[in-house]
Amino acid sequence: MASRTGKIAALVAAFGMGLPIIASLGFLVPHANIAQVTAADMAALRFTLLQAALSAAVSCLLAIPLARALFRTRFWGRRAVIRLISAPFILPSLAAVMGLLAVFGRGGVVNDALLAAGGTPISIFGLGGVVLAHVFLNLPLATRMLLDGWAAIPTERFRLAQGLSFDRKAMFLHLEWPMLRALLPSAFAVIFLVCLTSFSVALILGGGPKATTVELGIYQSLRFEFDLTRAANLALMQTTLCLFAVLVMGAVWRPSGFGAGLDRALRLRGQWLDGFVIGLAALFFALPLAGIAARGLAGVNDLPNGFWMAAARSIFIAVTAAFLATWAALMLALAQSRGAGIWAELAAMLPLGTSSLALGVGAFLALRPLIAPQSAVITLAIFFNAAMALPFVYRLLLPACREVQGSYARLMSSLGMPYWAMLRVVFLPRLAPMIGFGLGLSAAMAMGDFGVIALFGHSDQPTLPILAARVMGAYQMQAAASVTLWLILIAFALFWLFDHFGGRDAKA
Amino acid sequence: MWQQMLHFRPLRRNMERLMKPILLAAGGAFLATIATAETPVLNVLTYDSFTSEWGPGPAIEAGFEASCACDVQFQTAGDGAALLARLQLEGAATTADVVVGLDTNLADAARKTGLFAPVTPAETTLPVAYTDANFIPFDWGWFAFVYDKKQLASPPKSLAELADSDVKIIIQDPRSSTPGLGLVLWVKAAYGDGAAALWEKLADNIVTVTPGWSEAYGMFLEGQADMVLSYTTSPAYHLIAENDDSKAAAPFDEGHFMQIELAGKLAGSDQPALADQFLTYLLGDAAQTALITTNWMYPARTPAAGLPKGFETLITPAKSLTIPADEVETMRQAAVDEWQAALAK
Repeated sequence: MASRTGKIAALVAAFGMGLPIIASLGFLVPHANIAQVTAADMAALRFTLLQAALSAAVSCLLAIPLARALFRTRFWGRRAVIRLISAPFILPSLAAVMGLLAVFGRGGVVNDALLAAGGTPISIFGLGGVVLAHVFLNLPLATRMLLDGWAAIPTERFRLAQGLSFDRKAMFLHLEWPMLRALLPSAFAVIFLVCLTSFSVALILGGGPKATTVELGIYQSLRFEFDLTRAANLALMQTTLCLFAVLVMGAVWRPSGFGAGLDRALRLRGQWLDGFVIGLAALFFALPLAGIAARGLAGVNDLPNGFWMAAARSIFIAVTAAFLATWAALMLALAQSRGAGIWAELAAMLPLGTSSLALGVGAFLALRPLIAPQSAVITLAIFFNAAMALPFVYRLLLPACREVQGSYARLMSSLGMPYWAMLRVVFLPRLAPMIGFGLGLSAAMAMGDFGVIALFGHSDQPTLPILAARVMGAYQMQAAASVTLWLILIAFALFWLFDHFGGRDAKA
Repeated sequence: MWQQMLHFRPLRRNMERLMKPILLAAGGAFLATIATAETPVLNVLTYDSFTSEWGPGPAIEAGFEASCACDVQFQTAGDGAALLARLQLEGAATTADVVVGLDTNLADAARKTGLFAPVTPAETTLPVAYTDANFIPFDWGWFAFVYDKKQLASPPKSLAELADSDVKIIIQDPRSSTPGLGLVLWVKAAYGDGAAALWEKLADNIVTVTPGWSEAYGMFLEGQADMVLSYTTSPAYHLIAENDDSKAAAPFDEGHFMQIELAGKLAGSDQPALADQFLTYLLGDAAQTALITTNWMYPARTPAAGLPKGFETLITPAKSLTIPADEVETMRQAAVDEWQAALAK
């Protein structure tokens, strides 16, 4: 009973989220022609892969000491720091670029300090800058994933290890490494896939056409040349990469196999090195954020007309999309952890590998014969934002679902629990922090999304990101920075609220 | 284990409490957009910044509505190129009656969609002769590199001198932005077969390439480069709107490439008479005056009152460069490939 209901729920989620994506892509695919892939397209593909792999690797490597330090150290304001370091992930990419420039750019803090010390200034532009920005944006996600991994190691195992007088190396080998081995491929794949569809960050910080990504190619072919063949080629290239990455990740994944604990909190002793790592990370995240705040503050009360309506529209889209994404992610993660097979995984990860621009155009082509796409633009925005957030929320929920399933499967089946009771009594309480985090994350991401509305919006329906872009185009850089600051504050408030109400919030 | 269920209850209750006002607010926003109008509606498809409160949209909308007994509604896309892509995507199903904001580099591609109706050529005060069967110019400008006089005492006097100097510039990507494409055509128009060589020399001057004009201009204002690709009229914005005379455009010996912004009427419009009326209004004194200090471009037909004070401080290039619309289409891809190859070295 339980398994059938669960499978049906997951199938509904998979089809609900996956079918429109496949349908949208489906309207582009007939335009594809592999013979027309150019050398420039291949160069873009190589650069895309290189920067995505580097960004993911560096983010994951840095996340290990940071998550470990945060797990081991208790201090006043720890929760605030954990939330602070989650912030960059939800920044609109242009805001992040401007923030990083305020720190690492010409006349930025770092270069001023270098000049004062008699050194030569550095240039942020180039592959290094792209990776730096992607690490800034994605290290928070990796850290949060690993931090939850550490918190999910049952306390009893640590106590046992202490009782057995494990030294640091043994502790790492027997407790931390299995957890990392279970989580790192997941974190790497998610960040790799996010960076795969990067476009503004890669172009601006990459310093020129050397840093052309596949997504820029899609943008160019749809926006400038209206070359559906090239757009379809590139979109398919991206989707194939995504599927490949998901399959590789599935192949290297191993369960950590800790079994259940009694959900008790643990007190561990931190070290001075942990404090240093946390301080350094806080600085790395806080300085660009301060730069963004400084840019926006000057005009924070002087907002363009229509700001509040745009804010309400953005919030409505963001919150609705967040619930849709989290519900679908929960159904799919549950199904996957209960042995549904690769289809649930693929359905959940598919949106990451698809260009939102290509999706938008596909949807446009699909809808055109039926309705005026403009009239459905809010609904489309909700759906696409939910789809774009689905992979992240799914990745957040999956490890926890697996742990719960691994620990309570026998108990649940011996009690003959129906699906919804199982969900309510066993899964939801244990997943609540992750669900809150997922809701917050997806709402915040949707707030900053440019998305489909930009593609075929109506001028009286701007969202905050569109409003910011619109005033920026009229020389109002200050107003744009202020709108962006408000956008970030609202996004962060949504994130904080959901995360907070999600309960235990990585307290463990 | 069962007790933990209770932990979850407050979550749900709190979520509800949190969601209610948000949903109400958003629902209100939703309803407000459904208000219907009985007067005829003229749908104007234009680029995003046109409709901002600092852009020409509000003044032109109010001005035209005062005389037309109609309702002007703007549909928007990111910039000129996005407008064209939107039209290509919508095809004959487009609900737009008028398109405002294409430019001469896009005119031929726009014409090929077959969506545009013929227009009666309007009298203009452009520095070059321009007529087109489907489009009328509504404003224009010269591309130029803008700099801060306090930071850069002696700006380069030509593209060649810029390429030889170590002045840092930010430009836009010709694959995603109309000014970016304008620069590539500028270099092509000035140097022809020597364009690739010039780009190779310019490569070390280019700090970075942005997707659009706003990112580049914003980064320039924050001091990330000495010069930015913009328009000769950009300093007028700072002078008139911000009372800041520190910005200037550098005159270049090779001449300056022109961007002429165009408006056209769609053949499938259900309001053809209104559309014609709107195009006439767009070239009238009121709209042309509004365009100067909102779009910060030169008017296509100088209004009776002339240009506002401050415009006399702007540079006037000795030579205007253009490429005929029908040649742009064939030249564009090759010129962009040349640009890309030179900068990727």
